[in-house]
Amino acid sequence: MSTAALADDLRAIVGARHVRVAPAERATYAMDGLPTHRRLPDVVVLPGTREEVIAVIRLLAALGIPFVPRGAGTGLSGGALADDGAVLVVLTRLNRILKIDRRNRFALVEPGVVNARLSAATRPHGLHYAPDPSSQTACTIGGNVAENAGGPHCLKYGVTANHILALEVVLATGETVELGSPGGEPWGPDLVGLFVGSEGNFGVATRISVRLTPVPRAVRTLLADFMALRAAGEGVSAIIAAGIVPAALEMMDQSCVRAVEDSVYAAGYPRDAAAVLLVELDGHAEAAVAAEADAVAALLKQAGARSIRTAADERERERLWQGRKKAFGAMGRLSRDLVVQDAVVPRSSLPDVLETIAGIAARYDLVVSNVFHAGDGNLHPNISFDATDEPMRLRVEQASAEIMAACIAAGGTITGEHGVGLDKLRYMPLIFDAESLGAMLAVRRVFDPEERVNPGKVVPVHACREWSGARKSERGTRNEPDDLGSAFPLPRSALVSL
Amino acid sequence: MTILDKVTALLGEGAVLEAGTDRVPRIAPGSPDAIALLLGTAHQEGWRVRVEGAGSWLPSDAPADLALTTRRLDRVPAVEPQDLTATAEAGIGLDQLRQQLADRGAWLAIDPPGLAGRTLGSIVATATAGPLRQGFGPVKDHLLGVTFVTGDGRMVQSGGRVMKNVAGYDLTRLQAGGFGAFGVIVLVHLRLRALPRADVTHVLEGSRDELTQVAEDIAAAGFSPAALELVSPALARRDRWVLAVRLVGSPTLVAADEAGLGAATGGGGRFTPLRAEEAHGFWMRLAEGFAVRPVTFRIGGVPAASDELLDLLQHQVGDEWISAAPAAGAIRWSGDTTVDRLHRLRRTLAALEVPLTLERAPWPVRTAVGHFGAYREGAGPLVAGLRRTFDPGGALVVATDGE
Repeated sequence: MSTAALADDLRAIVGARHVRVAPAERATYAMDGLPTHRRLPDVVVLPGTREEVIAVIRLLAALGIPFVPRGAGTGLSGGALADDGAVLVVLTRLNRILKIDRRNRFALVEPGVVNARLSAATRPHGLHYAPDPSSQTACTIGGNVAENAGGPHCLKYGVTANHILALEVVLATGETVELGSPGGEPWGPDLVGLFVGSEGNFGVATRISVRLTPVPRAVRTLLADFMALRAAGEGVSAIIAAGIVPAALEMMDQSCVRAVEDSVYAAGYPRDAAAVLLVELDGHAEAAVAAEADAVAALLKQAGARSIRTAADERERERLWQGRKKAFGAMGRLSRDLVVQDAVVPRSSLPDVLETIAGIAARYDLVVSNVFHAGDGNLHPNISFDATDEPMRLRVEQASAEIMAACIAAGGTITGEHGVGLDKLRYMPLIFDAESLGAMLAVRRVFDPEERVNPGKVVPVHACREWSGARKSERGTRNEPDDLGSAFPLPRSALVSL
Repeated sequence: MTILDKVTALLGEGAVLEAGTDRVPRIAPGSPDAIALLLGTAHQEGWRVRVEGAGSWLPSDAPADLALTTRRLDRVPAVEPQDLTATAEAGIGLDQLRQQLADRGAWLAIDPPGLAGRTLGSIVATATAGPLRQGFGPVKDHLLGVTFVTGDGRMVQSGGRVMKNVAGYDLTRLQAGGFGAFGVIVLVHLRLRALPRADVTHVLEGSRDELTQVAEDIAAAGFSPAALELVSPALARRDRWVLAVRLVGSPTLVAADEAGLGAATGGGGRFTPLRAEEAHGFWMRLAEGFAVRPVTFRIGGVPAASDELLDLLQHQVGDEWISAAPAAGAIRWSGDTTVDRLHRLRRTLAALEVPLTLERAPWPVRTAVGHFGAYREGAGPLVAGLRRTFDPGGALVVATDGE
C-alpha cells in the first residue's frame, strides 16, 4: 500500500488534521531528547481517543505495517523513533485524567497526561504522583510507563513500576487486554510489572491506573557543597549506610553547577565547589524530619562538607530544586548538543566511577558534566558536543561506550531510567548472555509475535539464542549486527576494560 | 534404567535425598548448573518435576516423576552493607538469611507467612508478603534481579545488583508470584535496608468494625507504619480482634510515630505497647499460623473496600483465621474449605475487581482451583503463552489456572 493510501485510511479514522505526511511536519518527530539518533517517519498519526487508537492499530495489523507508540518525545534513548515504513502513533491527544479516587489513593489516566499535570490535579486532594523525571513538565504518563521512568524522589518512593496498579493495553493485533487490578494485586503473574519498562514493545497502554502518594507534611531540603567529588560520594554512602532514606539525594559536579549558575535557573549553588549534594527529607512529623536532617548534616560534615545550607522556606526550596531539575536545560548553554547518559553503579562505587569518568572525559578531550541521583547510584554523565563536528561526534560515541564499560565493570548496569531504545542496544550483550536475551525476545513474541510494535528496539536480535517457545518473526529480524543504533562500533578500549 | 538411576548418573549420589511418603525420588542439586542439567534432561525425557524449597509451605503432594528441592542452594555469595544489597541462593531459609544480614547491620523487610525456615525462593515464587507490605511494599519491591532455570533447562538472568535497572524487560517481576510456572528461581539479588535501630509494636483490641475505622484514621493521618495489621482473634490468640501497629526506623522517627499514633486515634493510651519479646512472638505466631490450616489464600482490593471484603469472607468461608492490612486493601485468609466455595468466592470477588490468589492448599484443591484464575479480558492467552515459552514441554508441575 502506498503512503498516500495509508494516510487516507488513517485520516478516515482520526480526521485529516491528525495525520502528518509533509516532510516539515514529520521532521518534528525525527528525534527524541537524544541528539545522536535521527529517524524520519513516513507517516505520523495522532489518535484522540482509545477507540481511535484501537482502530488505527487494527488497520495497521490488517496491513501488516509496524508502528511505534510515542508520547511527548522527551525520551533519551532513541526509543520512540520510527522509520523503515513504521507508522509513528503519537498519544499526546489522549490527555484526560479520568478519575481521582482520594480515599483509595489512585488515579485513572490516559497515556498522554503530562506527569506534572497529574500531580497538580491531585495536590488539592493532599496527594501527588511520586515519580518525577526531570522532564516532568513535558513527559507523559504513558511514556513513563514505557520507560519505567524514575526521578529524584524515586529514592524513597520508588520508580514508575512501584506506582502502576492496572493497565488497559492494546496489543499489536488491536485486541485489548486488562492487566492488574485497582488494588494493585495481579490476577495471576504480574503482567503489569512485566509491561512497565517494556519500551512500547508489548503494546500501547490506553488507560493507566496509578497509585497516588500523600503530600508530605514536613520537608527539609539541604544543600551541601564539597571541595572534592570523592568526599561528596562518601557523604552519600554515609547517609545510606546510616539507615536514613532521604526523599531525594542528588549530586551535581562543578561543571554542572557552573552551567546552572550561569543560566536563568541560577539557584545559588557555590560556583567553586567540586560538587554539591541536594538532600531532601520528608515525613509526616516535623520533629522527626528535623532530627533526620540534623543527622544528615552531621554525616555530611563528617564526610568533608564545606558548608550546609537548609532551605528556609518553600520559595528557597523550589529555587534549589529548579536548579537541579533544569540542569539539563542549563547545560544546553555549554554547546550545540548534549548527550544525557544514564547508567547505574553500586552506591559505594560512586567515588571511583566518577574519577574514572573524569579520566575518560580528559582522554577524549570532552566536557562531561555530572548531575545524578546519587542515592540510587544512578549516574547521568552529560557530554557536551557539536553533532556537526564528525570527529567530535566519534569521540562522544567512544567516550560513552567507555563510560558504560566502566559502570558495568563496577557491577552496574547500562540504564537506570532512560531505557535501551536504539542507543543502548549494542551494550545489551555486555550485561546479558545470549540465553537471557533470547528469553526477552521470546517474551516479546508472546505479546507481539510479528514484532511490529516499536521494531528494532531493546533486544539486539542477532545476539539472542533462539528459543523453541519463541516463534521466529516472519518479517525477519529488524536489527542486524550492523544496525545496532550507532554508526560506531564499541571501541576496543571499552571491551578491554571489561 | 530408572529415573533415579539416570539422575544419579547425572548429578551423583549426593544429590539424591530420601524419598517422601509418596515415594517420588527427591533430588537436591548442589548448584544452579546442576538444576539446569536436571531440568534439561527432564524436558528431553518427558519427566514431570515438582519443585520444593524447605517443604514447609506448599504440601509436597503434586503428582510428579521426581521432586526437585532447592535446599542445597543455601549460600549467600554477597552481602554489601554499604550498598544495602545482597545476593542469595534460592534455597536458603529466611531465618538463616536474616541472621547473616543482621550480622552485617542489614535487614530484609519481608515477613512472609509460614515457618521461619521457609526458603527465599519459595517466598519470591509465591510473592507471599506479610504485614510489612504496608510500609515496605510487596515482595517484588525488594528484588533487584533473579536468575532462574526454565522448564527446559535454560539459565536466564534478569535485572542486576543495583538499585535501578531498566535494561531489558523486567522478567524478575514475572517470576515474583509466578508460583514456579515460568522456571525455578536459583539466585536472588535483594534490596536491603539498614537494620532498624528502633522496632516497636503497639496493639489495640476491639471489634473488627471499630479497628478497621482506627486503621483508616491512622492511614488518613498521613504517617506510614511498617505494619498496620488487623488480626482475627484465633490467629492473634486473643479474645477479640487485634490491630497491631509496627513502627521501625531511628529512635527519633519511631518516637514521633508513636506520638502520632496517639493523636490519630483520639489520644494516647488506647494502644498497648508490647515488650520486644512479646512483639517478636506476636508476629512469629501470626506468620506460622498460616502454615497450619490446609488452605491459605490472599485477596487484594482497594482500601475502602476492606470492610466489605471482610464481610464477604465471613459469609462465604468464615473469618476465623484472617490477617488484613486495611490501609493497603490486602487480606490473607486461612482455614478449611471446599473447591466449590473457592470457585464461588473467586467469581464473586472477580465481579468486584478483586483477585484471589490461592497460596497454599493440598494438590486436589490447587489443581481444581488454580493459584490464579478469573483473568481479565485477554490476559489468559498471554499467561498461557508465557508458560509455553518458559516451560515448553510442561515439565514443571504447577497448578496455575485450575480447572
